[in-house]
Amino acid sequence: MKIKTLVSRDMAQVGCGEQTSQSACKTSCVVNQPCES
Amino acid sequence: MIHTYTLNGMHITVDAASCSVHVTDRQGIDAITLYEQGDRAQATAALKAKYPELSDADIADCLSDIDELRAQGKLYARDNYQSVLPTAPRQHVVKALCLHVAHVCNLACSYCFAGQGRYQGAQALMPYGVGRDALDFLVAHSGARRNLEVDFFGGEPLMNWDVVKRLVAYGRALEKKHNKVFRFTLTTNGMLLDDEVIDFCNREMHNVVLSLDGRREVHDRFRVDHKGRGSYDAVVPRFQEFVRRRGQKGYYMRGTFTHHNLDFVNDVLHMADLGFTQLSMEPVVTAPDDPSAITWEDLPQVFSEYERLALEMLTRHREGRPFDFYHYQVDLGHGPCIHKRVAGCGSGTEYLAVTPWGDLYPCHQFVGEEAYRLGSLKEGITNPALQANFGNCNVFAHQECQNCWAKYFCAGGCAANAAHATGRIDGVYAIGCALFKKRMECAIMLQAALQEAEEMQEVDAIPANNAQEVAISAHQM
Repeated sequence: MKIKTLVSRDMAQVGCGEQTSQSACKTSCVVNQPCES
Repeated sequence: MIHTYTLNGMHITVDAASCSVHVTDRQGIDAITLYEQGDRAQATAALKAKYPELSDADIADCLSDIDELRAQGKLYARDNYQSVLPTAPRQHVVKALCLHVAHVCNLACSYCFAGQGRYQGAQALMPYGVGRDALDFLVAHSGARRNLEVDFFGGEPLMNWDVVKRLVAYGRALEKKHNKVFRFTLTTNGMLLDDEVIDFCNREMHNVVLSLDGRREVHDRFRVDHKGRGSYDAVVPRFQEFVRRRGQKGYYMRGTFTHHNLDFVNDVLHMADLGFTQLSMEPVVTAPDDPSAITWEDLPQVFSEYERLALEMLTRHREGRPFDFYHYQVDLGHGPCIHKRVAGCGSGTEYLAVTPWGDLYPCHQFVGEEAYRLGSLKEGITNPALQANFGNCNVFAHQECQNCWAKYFCAGGCAANAAHATGRIDGVYAIGCALFKKRMECAIMLQAALQEAEEMQEVDAIPANNAQEVAISAHQM
């Protein structure tokens, strides 16, 4: 039995606002944009 | 809340609140599911009954490691963001504008949400003065935001090319004066691309979106000129030259698939075979009774296609000829913060569309709908109640989303699609929601599989985009 946990950004560690999700589709929206900071 | 699924032989668990992803074997996914309530004795008994070959020590170790993940907030994480995030409406700082520099188009694509570029109104070109006022408006309302975005949109923006160039020059002057960075982007059908446009865009445009639907017969079905002639042969060589000079970065080939080409992966692969590596293929946005609309009956085939696309991307990655698909780019380690995942795209507040005559709308998809007019560059926001509605339209405002595992990946979805499907910006476009969740399952599987392949040294190719790189830690049980 094994579990691999992909390292993910710590969501609890709760906003600078620095790309508007403008980039490709224009019709289907957020998670595809990397964080600037 | 957790979401478990199996795809490409991989057993995957997504923790909804922490957005953590766990890849397990079959017994592991059952252990995670059975142990959600924390009843160790019950989980142990259920696992022993289902897998008699497992030893007591195996099960005990597994449940202990799940306990550890629970304590780390990576499994069964508590969703308390609504209580800890600021409850006051967001400050209406503007950081992005969609400049409708042309409400006119040299193509007449029948599926165009913009009504062949006119947005249900008259043909118009944005005068330079309106564009200049828009950039001034953006700087004046941008607060402390340094990165500002301006997309030249239409219609076909290259039909107002001189104004585009002058506005870029004006923006560059504003950068120095106000310590801002303008990221200019351009969306084009390619019909007016020439050497001068290509060189200017490759020098000044942070990103370009190039409209191509895939195979010639698919592209030419809808993307025709005003005499009904297909545009594939005219635009493909221009796009190839554009991208060749651009160096395979800062662009997307953006296609639309409809009810008529549900085998759309063939179109994605066609674009890859033409030499393009940054690809986007979107379901058509149109009225439900339109013959090209995606229907509920279409979804099984569309889901199958999304899976086929992920597997084909893996195959081509192994073969050393990778390509990127916009909706499969999920950077787990450096993705958006929880503020962004709650707030969504910022339409109506951070992001506004500007018409050729200077009216303001929440985004490009609302332009031409008088009920959604927010104001104008000269008057400012004249409908603050509407803007407040958009400011409050975050993931918590979508009642249907509250028990969804994907809500912090989609932020409640597109307000325009919701409004056009349900009449409410806080509604849910159900077909779009189903497609999004399927894309996320495929995207997460792809990230996990790419990492696994690299671990096993099955591939030695460099990823087409660094966003595909994810770190991994293993808990062996």
